[in-house]
Amino acid sequence: MAVNRYRLLGLLAAISALVLVLWLSLAMGSKDVDFAALWPAITAYDGSPEHVIIHDLRLPRTVTGVVVGIALGLSGALIQALTRNPLADPGILGVNAGAGFFVVLGVALFGVTSIQEYIWFAFAGAVVATVAVYFIGSRGRGGATPLRLTLAGVALGAVLGGISSGITLLRPAVFDSMRSWSAGTLSNRTWEIFTTVAPFILVGTVIALAMARPLNAMAMGDDTARSLGANIVRTRAWTIVSVTLLCGAATAAAGPIGFVGLMVPHVARWIVGPDQRWILAYTLVLSPVLLLVSDILGRLILRPGEMQVGIITAFVGAPVLIWLIRRRKVSSL
Amino acid sequence: MRTDLATPVQRAPVINFGRRTVAIRRFGGRVSLRVDVRTLVVTAVLLAAALALAVVALGLGEFSVAVPDVVSALLGQSSGAVNMVVVEWRLPRVLLALLLGAAMGVSGAIFQSLTRNALGSPDVIGFNTGAYTGALVVILLMGGGYFAVSAGALVGGLVTAALVYLFAYKKGIQGFRLIIAGIAVSAMLASVNTFMILKASLEQAMSAAVWGAGSLNKITWEQVLPVVVVFAVLLAVLSLYGRRLGLLEMGDDAARALGVRLEGSRLVLAVVGVALTAMVTAAAGPIAFVSLAAPQLARRLTRSASVGMVPSAAMGAFLLVASDIVAQNLFAPIQLPVGVVTVSIGGCYLVWLLAREVKRQ
Amino acid sequence: MSKELKEFALTDVLDDPVGAKAAGAGVAGAIAGARLSAENVSLGYAGRTVSEALDVRIPDGEFTVIVGPNACGKSTLLRALSRLLEPSTGSVLLDGKSISSYGAKEVARRLGLLPQTSIAPDGITVADLVARGRYPHQKLLRQWSEADEAAVLQALEATNVEGLSGRLVDELSGGQRQRVWVAMVLAQQTPLLLLDEPTTFLDIAHQIELLELFRRLNREGNTLVAVLHDLNHACRYATHLIAMKDGAVVAEGRPADVVTAELVEHVFGLPCMVIDDPVSHTPLVIPLGSGAAA
Repeated sequence: MAVNRYRLLGLLAAISALVLVLWLSLAMGSKDVDFAALWPAITAYDGSPEHVIIHDLRLPRTVTGVVVGIALGLSGALIQALTRNPLADPGILGVNAGAGFFVVLGVALFGVTSIQEYIWFAFAGAVVATVAVYFIGSRGRGGATPLRLTLAGVALGAVLGGISSGITLLRPAVFDSMRSWSAGTLSNRTWEIFTTVAPFILVGTVIALAMARPLNAMAMGDDTARSLGANIVRTRAWTIVSVTLLCGAATAAAGPIGFVGLMVPHVARWIVGPDQRWILAYTLVLSPVLLLVSDILGRLILRPGEMQVGIITAFVGAPVLIWLIRRRKVSSL
Repeated sequence: MRTDLATPVQRAPVINFGRRTVAIRRFGGRVSLRVDVRTLVVTAVLLAAALALAVVALGLGEFSVAVPDVVSALLGQSSGAVNMVVVEWRLPRVLLALLLGAAMGVSGAIFQSLTRNALGSPDVIGFNTGAYTGALVVILLMGGGYFAVSAGALVGGLVTAALVYLFAYKKGIQGFRLIIAGIAVSAMLASVNTFMILKASLEQAMSAAVWGAGSLNKITWEQVLPVVVVFAVLLAVLSLYGRRLGLLEMGDDAARALGVRLEGSRLVLAVVGVALTAMVTAAAGPIAFVSLAAPQLARRLTRSASVGMVPSAAMGAFLLVASDIVAQNLFAPIQLPVGVVTVSIGGCYLVWLLAREVKRQ
Repeated sequence: MSKELKEFALTDVLDDPVGAKAAGAGVAGAIAGARLSAENVSLGYAGRTVSEALDVRIPDGEFTVIVGPNACGKSTLLRALSRLLEPSTGSVLLDGKSISSYGAKEVARRLGLLPQTSIAPDGITVADLVARGRYPHQKLLRQWSEADEAAVLQALEATNVEGLSGRLVDELSGGQRQRVWVAMVLAQQTPLLLLDEPTTFLDIAHQIELLELFRRLNREGNTLVAVLHDLNHACRYATHLIAMKDGAVVAEGRPADVVTAELVEHVFGLPCMVIDDPVSHTPLVIPLGSGAAA
């Protein structure tokens, strides 16, 4: 089909963009490095300052950025398909609030300070919150309908967010730590962090891609989905597992980064239409592009200092969004 | 046909609405109203509870006053220390809690009805985020006092709403363009806010965060009058347009077929909703969760079809007064910003209601 | 309708109800006025013109049915007549004035519309929904007068949903729900009724039930305009038929006068034969299909 051929070409273009951005991410920063020097730095590491920057700082950072980007984008696409609410972002199941809450507890009660320790608290919080939301949302007639899940997520997120705010406003030291964490950043991401979260993101991604077909069926309503052979309860459950793994791991690794999960799936849908398989494929490639471009800009704008990626992402993505909605061809949510 | 004089006069058959309703007709039919009994009862109970809590709130604090003394102070029958504490210090705050809570309940009801989405809120057009930006600029860069911060918040919020409207306008406003533009602008401003908080000194950042959470801490009588006036005006406008809200929910065609002017009604209702939010934000900072939770909670209690404005107002007032009591007294003498508590209490209540629903079905 | 024609219809009602009505209406249509008409209107949506220079008069006291193939412009015409769609040129007239010069509530008191798609708010009861139809007659202080109550009751009884009045609309079957929407429009108590595909998605028994209700309303003096997709239903119940194709009116008049095999083939592209319906004595269209005998 001609349409599929265009989609495939678009995907290849996106992948090329991703590769380019990957190299840029390795090359640019507080000190720019020649493209020529990049490959030897990875393959023939010789301990020189340049190689150190690339191999020990930028490579793990870039790779973490890629997986975090993928995780955020995919979880956003899944959540929008699951709740059938175009205003949903992955945080709507309370993931961010749960992660933040546990990190606050960690800092306040256990004096946790290093990112390595943050990770486990954040991840645990994300999982606990999502399970609680699913549990609350699935009681009552009809089970975990999109509306109930959404309301439960908003409610629980509010509670946890409120308590977190309360604690931080009572303890200045905690406030200070949290305001750094809540900006969302990719700086100082080490290999250890990457290897900690990557397995979860990998599993989450595999589940997400497997959910593409069932979610296509569910998009047309529960009854149609059942008649097409989709198992609704199982699809919902697996989707939520995937969102938890992906969004939880991403938030644990880099702090709460919004906007990517909300908007990239929309843009993907505008480009390729409502087929979840294509949406997920495009989201998989475009989200890390957005995140890495933002990260690169963050490194360049305040040289030799940095601006956190969580702050820049909106400024990169929002203008693109506004430009898109003003073009005539864009259809509804 | 035999006429049986003993048979009572036949009353006109009554319509079964599925719920108990009462028709009120006075002045020879010139005033008539149909009231749903359950909604009336729920609203009355919520109002009574809110007022009761208000009286309690007036008595609590470092200088505690017994309830009978509070009541006599309110009736103007006491003097000296009790009068000063209750009427001059605490009453403006409690009064404002009632009014602002009601305003937020109504605003939330309007937006959830207009957008036909349970998550509908004025922040769809980025108002709260923009207000925070304006306030931050005043607090962090200009070091302004209460009224300056209010002004900054108002300007920030309104400019943002106008920007979003402009971005979305292309030969008319299409619903989804407005939403996406709102999300885009909100996200950018949220980033700006995070950046400003990060770069400020710890002390400044914390005081900004307190404002950002929404606080009733510094309310005096000066702030109450403007709120009363604005609220009264907005309610007057709303009473004319209120019923159209329910009709708009039935879809554009059905609403127009019944004689509702679509664009005009929607614009007026949206402006009133935003104005109510602006009023709250200017007076106490963005207390977000009440406008989301109050209509949903009210709807579940009254088990009615649409988000009613009056029960939402009563629920909002109740939530805010209750939250303020907790905020002031939980960690006394440290006062929490009320917004932190509303979010926690409102969320808990909503979770509880959702969890309880299994018993009903 | 003049007194003589009314009596004519009444005395003949036992022998030949539809025929008599149709005959009477044919004469009446030539004499009676048309409160609702479209004069030289061009209709379309963004970038796409559906009809140009269209002239349509809706005769008073008739049950007018508009038929035609998909995308012929019949729904567009109905939307223009009900003020949902503004014509790019020309104007729609109601009682002599342009329909857009009236206040919105004023139009709603004269003209009732049953749209194709409407949303029943979550958790609303039947009686509540029907009561909303009274909005055009209500004021700020006069929200539930005795007239309102009587109208709602009458509407519930006319559509046979009185027994369901306390139930949730969400729980009803498709046929019941459609009757409830019709009841809402009836509660509006308008002399003119526009119905956009009112029988779609209903089973045959409910379709006929609704059509019989419409016929009864028409006999009581109301003017009805309906878009129907079933040609035989249109032939049986309409007193005035308008056939459209490609945005233009192809034929207009009593079904018996207008519906021929040639017309059906021209408008719908369907080879058929037209016989006399043995029950109602109106045209009955029988498609020829591939298994037709020579």
